[in-house]
Amino acid sequence: MNIPPTVDQAANAARFIADRAHEQYFDTLMWSLREARDRSASEVPEWEQLRDLASEIKEHTLSHLAEYLEQFEASAKRNGVTVHWAHDAYEHNQIVADILSRHGAKHLIKSKSMLTEECDLRRYLENRGVTVTETDLGERIQQLDDEPPAHIVGPAFQKRPQDVARVFAKAYGSDTNNSDPVYLAHEMRKHTRPLIEQADAGMTGANFAVAETGAVVTVTNEGNADLSGNVPKLRICSVGIEKIIPTNRDLAVFIRLLSRSAIGMPITQYTSHFRAPRQGGEMHIILVDNGRATRLGMEKFWPSLKCIRCGACMNTCPVYRRSGGLSYGSTYMGPIGIIMMPTFDIRRFSELPFSSTLNGSCSNVCPVKINIHEQIYAWRGVMDEKHQIKLAKKGAMVAAGEVLSHPDLYRIATSATETAFKLLPRFVIYNELNAWGKHREAPAPAKQTFHQWYKEHRLKA
Amino acid sequence: MQVGLVIPCYLDVFYPEVGIATVELLERLGVEVDYPFDQTCCGQPMANSGCEADSRATEEHFIRLFSRFEYIVIPSGSCTHHVRNKFIAAPPSPEREHVSQHVYELIEFLHDVLKVKEFPWGEFPHKVALHNSCSAVRGLHMASMSERVHDPAFNKPKALLQGIKGIELVDFARHDECCGFGGTFSATEEAVSSRMGYDKLGFIQASQPEYIVSSDMSCLMHLQGCARRLGSGVKFRHVAEILNGSRQ
Repeated sequence: MNIPPTVDQAANAARFIADRAHEQYFDTLMWSLREARDRSASEVPEWEQLRDLASEIKEHTLSHLAEYLEQFEASAKRNGVTVHWAHDAYEHNQIVADILSRHGAKHLIKSKSMLTEECDLRRYLENRGVTVTETDLGERIQQLDDEPPAHIVGPAFQKRPQDVARVFAKAYGSDTNNSDPVYLAHEMRKHTRPLIEQADAGMTGANFAVAETGAVVTVTNEGNADLSGNVPKLRICSVGIEKIIPTNRDLAVFIRLLSRSAIGMPITQYTSHFRAPRQGGEMHIILVDNGRATRLGMEKFWPSLKCIRCGACMNTCPVYRRSGGLSYGSTYMGPIGIIMMPTFDIRRFSELPFSSTLNGSCSNVCPVKINIHEQIYAWRGVMDEKHQIKLAKKGAMVAAGEVLSHPDLYRIATSATETAFKLLPRFVIYNELNAWGKHREAPAPAKQTFHQWYKEHRLKA
Repeated sequence: MQVGLVIPCYLDVFYPEVGIATVELLERLGVEVDYPFDQTCCGQPMANSGCEADSRATEEHFIRLFSRFEYIVIPSGSCTHHVRNKFIAAPPSPEREHVSQHVYELIEFLHDVLKVKEFPWGEFPHKVALHNSCSAVRGLHMASMSERVHDPAFNKPKALLQGIKGIELVDFARHDECCGFGGTFSATEEAVSSRMGYDKLGFIQASQPEYIVSSDMSCLMHLQGCARRLGSGVKFRHVAEILNGSRQ
């Protein structure tokens, strides 16, 4: 069996940073989204109440999830929709493949869906002879460049326009020197539109699934979800079970928060409710667990299921902005990825909780008030309990605990400054000074410690 | 009034002048300072690395030394945040509760408990950029947070520094973005940590201050490391030194 190695986010980030032009472009772009979010939130006087309300609605729904899921299923069936339940990614992919093969469908168009990324659906279908075309601009760029999304809202945010021009020139034969975004969008449309018209089936994810109406709701700017969902006669929607909300009234709260948090706009171009199959067509909804039910049972970590995938925590995260989204080696990245991914594979993602300074900005921007940075801290503890901390670090921490709990040992380590210089960093910053000193000067130890000063100047007095 | 003074390990060894300034400042304000001589650390380096069990003995030692004080004062937001909000390695006890509830960052103690408005001995005729740590801002709420756009603006360290004659405080972009220190993060993610440090330094230096000051010397240790590598002449001071009357 092929076991994927532990993701070394720090090493991946160091490679991203070495490419200064891209790193700076990405940081500036992401920070501009954070600023747009701040401006947008400041225009809504009841912003903090909305966050409270959104959090409460999600907590209520998650604590009655079974009932709302059954209500959703009943509503959807009433609308003429076929509802499927998938325990995991594999089951989900099988269900999609079965539906397609029953219809002899060979070409699927898709709108962006992080859930299908999570399930690695595209590869599964392509191995079975189905052609999959992404219709979201960013997702299509990533597909053509054979890269996973670097951001959950803008999959290709890491690419500059000139990078996109190169990808399109290779794939479409367009002008490699023309990086005008309008030109590039038109090139993409020119080549994708015929594929949409010819497709056998269309697929979307969901931002929300409304139990009361049985509708799957998507929030997009390009309208590609509507094309993917409405043009072919066969429509498939994949929905994570945490996306359920009770009513359309609740939806209004989330719609007000979602695009303001994500991109600083009051609303996106399209908020689409997919409720029933088109005339003469079929509509399938697949409700996917894939670890969510287990996470719901985790005392400290269930609140991450409140996430509405706005990406605000990523945009504000100073580590994410300098690391790039691909450095996390995971479907969900940045602060929300750090707290979600270990529930999928604790060993593979055991280093992610350490890719944070615990500054807390993520929790402050989260529209559903997930205590993200507290969960990151808690995950570090879990990694220790589950023996997922690197031996060198663990050894240093055990030694530090020994020295710091014994004043006599501590004084030996700190009294002679030359020794202190050698010893102290080992437990203050567990690595030796070489990691610190690669890009920074190390602090010089003082001639006299505070402790010695106090003894000389205060104790004797 | 008596306070139990905590001098964090990195101040003890690298920046004793900050500890000295804290003692002198508190004494000027009529406070009796008791520095329990056997103190070591609060245990944050281990706990922050996930190794809570390894911080237990250190935490218990801290509780033994400090639970007798009504006021425990630390000139560091990061350590104060740990003792107040993350002190859970030791088993729950009235003493542990007491320590968490009676710990103050130095600025908080001056601003909220002593309510000091002026420092007649202070004069700092320089252009100064104030950096507040994330522990101070988002952990201890010593200043309003940029993400909370509807909250009234306040800044306790700034309010105190404004009582110093001659000081000119300058603003800079992304003022409460993390500087990238992050404890062990500074070593385990040295590339990101340094990048963040250089960016922070860049934003600050655009307003051309002579001094960068903070009530968290750990952020300054990191920024100073970046500045020295660049050959920058910008100087670094802890807020306590300026409030205690340092002229430069």
